[in-house]
Amino acid sequence: MSNDSLSQLLNKAKHFRRDLGNKVHEDIVESIYDDAARIAKRAVDIDNKSISMGLDRAIDRVVTSRLYGFPLMMLLLTLVFWLTISGANVPSSMLATLFLDIIYPGLKSLSESLNISWWLDGLLIDGVYLAVGWVISVMLPPMAIFFPLFTLLEDLGYLPRIAFNLDNMFRKTGAHGKQALSMAMGWGCNAAGVISTRIIDSPRERLIAIITNNFSLCNGRWPTQILVATVFIGGLVPAHFAGVVSAMSVVAIAVLGILLTFLVSWALSRSILRGESSVFNMELPPYRMPHVWQTVYTSIIDRTLPVLWRAILWAVPAGALIWLTSNINIDNISFAEHVILLLDPFGFVIGLNGVILLAYILAIPANEIIVPTILMLTVLSSGIERIGLGAGVMFELDSLDVTLKVFEAGGWTLLTAVNLMLFSLIHNPCSTTIHTIYKETGSVKWTLVSTFLPLLMGFVITFLVAQVWRIIVN
Amino acid sequence: MNIDQNLLQPDKCVTCPSHNSIELMRLGVDMQDWDYVVGLAGNPNTGKSTIFNSLTGLRQHTGNWPGKTVSRMEGGYEYESTRYKVVDLPGAYSLLSTSIDEEIARNFILFGRPDVTVVVVDATRLERNLNLALQILEITDRAVLCLNLMDEANKHGIVIDERCLARDLGIPVVPTVARNQEGLPYLIQTIGDVASGKIKCNPYRSNKKIGEMSVIVKQLTEKLESIYPDLPNHRWLALRLLDGDSDIISALSEGKLQSLANSVK
Repeated sequence: MSNDSLSQLLNKAKHFRRDLGNKVHEDIVESIYDDAARIAKRAVDIDNKSISMGLDRAIDRVVTSRLYGFPLMMLLLTLVFWLTISGANVPSSMLATLFLDIIYPGLKSLSESLNISWWLDGLLIDGVYLAVGWVISVMLPPMAIFFPLFTLLEDLGYLPRIAFNLDNMFRKTGAHGKQALSMAMGWGCNAAGVISTRIIDSPRERLIAIITNNFSLCNGRWPTQILVATVFIGGLVPAHFAGVVSAMSVVAIAVLGILLTFLVSWALSRSILRGESSVFNMELPPYRMPHVWQTVYTSIIDRTLPVLWRAILWAVPAGALIWLTSNINIDNISFAEHVILLLDPFGFVIGLNGVILLAYILAIPANEIIVPTILMLTVLSSGIERIGLGAGVMFELDSLDVTLKVFEAGGWTLLTAVNLMLFSLIHNPCSTTIHTIYKETGSVKWTLVSTFLPLLMGFVITFLVAQVWRIIVN
Repeated sequence: MNIDQNLLQPDKCVTCPSHNSIELMRLGVDMQDWDYVVGLAGNPNTGKSTIFNSLTGLRQHTGNWPGKTVSRMEGGYEYESTRYKVVDLPGAYSLLSTSIDEEIARNFILFGRPDVTVVVVDATRLERNLNLALQILEITDRAVLCLNLMDEANKHGIVIDERCLARDLGIPVVPTVARNQEGLPYLIQTIGDVASGKIKCNPYRSNKKIGEMSVIVKQLTEKLESIYPDLPNHRWLALRLLDGDSDIISALSEGKLQSLANSVK
């Protein structure tokens, strides 16, 4: 093949193209449409007596109506979280009892009888084993309820309706309507959400969707939200309202995420990613009755267990690291405490504390282990070690009261809880997502923007909330 | 369910469970070597991934919304001692547009040269789905039209004359309800027959489409044939050049046409 003949060919095509203009494209498209219509008409016969389209349309009129669409969405989400929160309590405490009351002492006495040295025993059992046990008992039950419920909604055909409801607002912010779909994917996993932005064909709008995907609470962060909401917010109201109120506060955070998505999309498309939003047609698929048990089974196998497995993989080194940093002393206090003390002043300014900030540094690879890490570090630094089992030990928390006591001993207030929920929504993406953003954009610049923009926003927002809160409370 | 049972089950043996359990071996991702490559193409949300899962025994995520699959997924199965590699592609409305998911589908159909392309269409939206099917038929000689979601079509009173459709398109048409595994044995059989050449396709090609441009198209096509004798679809490429398809142009000028097929995964 000679390059000459190729460039000759390309030039020729260019030349013809100039003469013919848009006509070629129109002719091609038109003739395809004509043929398709003709062939379909010959083969298809519609029996007009049948009118079962009616039900789908009737449902859609309500689900996508201007008046009921959004409230209905909030109601459905609240229902999903309420089922998750109230359903997960009992199995969570049963798992905690199994891992921490039954297996843990067994392991301890086994290692004693084998004469394993104290540091190896501590590192493996008090560090790694307890971290893993904690992650499983905190995460497995809610994830085993949440994912099947969410997948059922998805298989039913509800997700495109959410997208349909939000489409208009996304376009008003200057983003692409399909961003509603990648946002919904982000509720499962931000890395998956970032990949799913491939359905958006304009690079400008796709970047907006990628940068803002982090404002979709992902499965690594739902457990944090659910636990903090259950312990603090649910604790503010009478017991029989606790479940609903906690669920509503989680929904409030999720909705705040949606609002921030709009806000940031709007700001981006009016500053560094300026441009018109493109128009597209979204088709609403028919409602399809999901195969319930098959969906439950596959969503547990495909979503719950991989998420749990990832959390366990990260809990192993994190558990070991936490145990080590809490047991290596410098000037009579542990290394972890040095860091916490260092971070504390900054933490205070933004209504958090050094423990939470250190936990977020340790949890960059996986947001899933935030809560176990915070609890462990809190016990360590607040001098209530005797509740647990000593320095660097993740302890039994099968009752929410004990969790609350630990938090309170660590100097937590309602402000800390609210700001933790806010910060969990608004901070840098996890390392997997950052890596995915780099792979999808191929750009260091946009990866950095996607990483640090939410982190900065998180600092600013928690700072403002803390200042206002303190003025009001005092 | 009033699908013509004869069409769904052309041969009692093919649908007999014992026959299938012996003959169909789902190979999952175990694709060391294969005899034929089968591409699954179609509009978004027509059930490609559901068919993919049934064929390979894998559990590629499926969801009731367009845009669920954005990258390509490979798996395999063995039927009558022939090994098939199946490639599940993202949904696309057209081979003319440019979002990345549609590009992945397009590049594979164009340059990945599957032995059989199964075009999965939504039986309730046949006309619009045929737009893509016709474009695919422009660039491949071996295709099967899988008329999926037949249960919904029936529910809505849509009756499709499969034989008329098959005659007009020049390729075999297989009605299925993939969610309930209906029609899949026949699909597997048909894929095999097309791959082995037992069924000869004579795909529909529009001749009027180029109309007054026919001389120009012919010139470009001949030119392309002489430069790239190995490529299967010169006429289509010529039309893409005339349309100013920047991907195709840059692929040609950078000499990457062959590797495009495997580039984006």
